[in-house]
Amino acid sequence: MSIKGQIAIVGAAETSELGRIPQLSALGLHADAAVNAIRDCGIDKAEIDGVASAGQSPVAVAKHLGITPTWVDGTSVGGCSFMLHVRHAAAAIAAGMCEVVLVTHGESGRSRVGNGAWSPDLQSLNGQFEVPYGPTGPPTMFPIGVLRYMKETGLTAEQLATVAVVQRQWAAQNPRAMMRDPITVEDVLASRMIAYPMHLLECCLVTDGGGALLVTSAERARSMDLTSPPVYVLGTGESCETPMVSQMEDFTTSKAFRVSGAKAFAESGIGHADVDHLMIYDAFAHLPIYGLEDLGFVGRGEAAAFIGEGNTAPGGSLPLNTNGGGLSYTHTGMYGMFAIQESVRQLRGTAAAQVPGVEVSVAHGVGGMFGASGTLVLTNQAQ
Amino acid sequence: MTEPAELPAPAPQPNLETQPFWDATAEGRFLLKRCDTCGTVIWYPRFLCPDCHGTETSWFEASGRGTIYTFTIVRRGQGPYAGAAPYVAAYVTLDEGPTILTNIVGCPPEQVEIGQPVEVVWHDTGEGSALYRFRPVG
Ligand SMILES: [Zn+2]
Repeated sequence: MSIKGQIAIVGAAETSELGRIPQLSALGLHADAAVNAIRDCGIDKAEIDGVASAGQSPVAVAKHLGITPTWVDGTSVGGCSFMLHVRHAAAAIAAGMCEVVLVTHGESGRSRVGNGAWSPDLQSLNGQFEVPYGPTGPPTMFPIGVLRYMKETGLTAEQLATVAVVQRQWAAQNPRAMMRDPITVEDVLASRMIAYPMHLLECCLVTDGGGALLVTSAERARSMDLTSPPVYVLGTGESCETPMVSQMEDFTTSKAFRVSGAKAFAESGIGHADVDHLMIYDAFAHLPIYGLEDLGFVGRGEAAAFIGEGNTAPGGSLPLNTNGGGLSYTHTGMYGMFAIQESVRQLRGTAAAQVPGVEVSVAHGVGGMFGASGTLVLTNQAQ
Repeated sequence: MTEPAELPAPAPQPNLETQPFWDATAEGRFLLKRCDTCGTVIWYPRFLCPDCHGTETSWFEASGRGTIYTFTIVRRGQGPYAGAAPYVAAYVTLDEGPTILTNIVGCPPEQVEIGQPVEVVWHDTGEGSALYRFRPVG
């Protein structure tokens, strides 16, 4: 049984504002995005019978919006959770458990309003075997593997900086991007060192915001009076590797990326050459490098040169992170939703930095620190 | 056996699965588990073997030697580490196989290199345990 082409995204929107939104709590950001997505879809709220969310519980989201679901998914495996929600929703819809699923994200990452405190359980494995050694969360723990990657593949500091430079080129075309001023490799390398070898401009932003999606069957979509054409789900993948980044199998490649990506490509039946547009969750500048290689777009150690040659830049053969990414567009904490939103915009032809003729887009997310992964292959072509 | 810390040494909170490990640290012994069924060396301590799911496992004392796999230099510490930066957070691959998160001490951060052989040093937490850290050898 395959869901290829049988499921469609029929509503997609972000919060009205991005960046600093102190007037809304995290739950309020879920609701703001949900209302915008419902309006974007043109559906009546009463038709929604499935709710999926991460960060805030789907119980809270459903209550906040006055929805009584027959299907609930609170999968919370980090910033890629929304890729998994779409995947789970596709299966649930195909199985007849529900018909219209609302997927929401909202996070008060910058203003920290009603966002919950992040403090590890000291008796947990992280609490016992990582926290005592003074890692300061993702800024330290995520990049530790980078130095090893540099040692093994020859990646240079300049090449790593180029990732941020190219994404800023995309952001410059996007009025909603938080950081739009052009930057050079020299600017990146001159920015403050956060945790060797990672500079400030190679780390993601910290913002408030959210996004929401409405997912239904392609059949149902045909009978709906939609404001935008449906975006069809061709293939999906998910996986996870480790709750402790220090227990990765190999710190220069993500097993969760490889497994999730291969699953999504196999299910979609497309090849890499069929992909017109790509989103790879970029919490830090090395993630697009790992993603390009682990998804199979380039070989081991080839991603930096691929980016350096302009392939992922405006006008390149594989436009990547065209909203500016977590580095320049926005990063609330669980950015995966924004990667999906940009894929949908590119497939609808409504992106700020629109790539001409996009028919297939891949949105790939990371959860935690290489802890989990989710991949969506999307198209605007009815199957 | 243990020596005064040059970095903060916040005490971990053991649970019953990890208590023998942390108790041994107070005596300067680095314990690992080995699966009695398939021989897999198990890190972090747990009641079963992640490979074969066998529950017959035995503690053994590791050599305390390893090699720096990769590292970062933390520029701004948090919590107990506020004011401690710069310091090195590293992955060390133990001679017995597992790769673990730790700190490299006993040399300036800028002299730390991937591939350096290291040995364990113990930093007393003052609460019946010690943190394993590593210093370059040779
Ligand atoms: Zn075993």
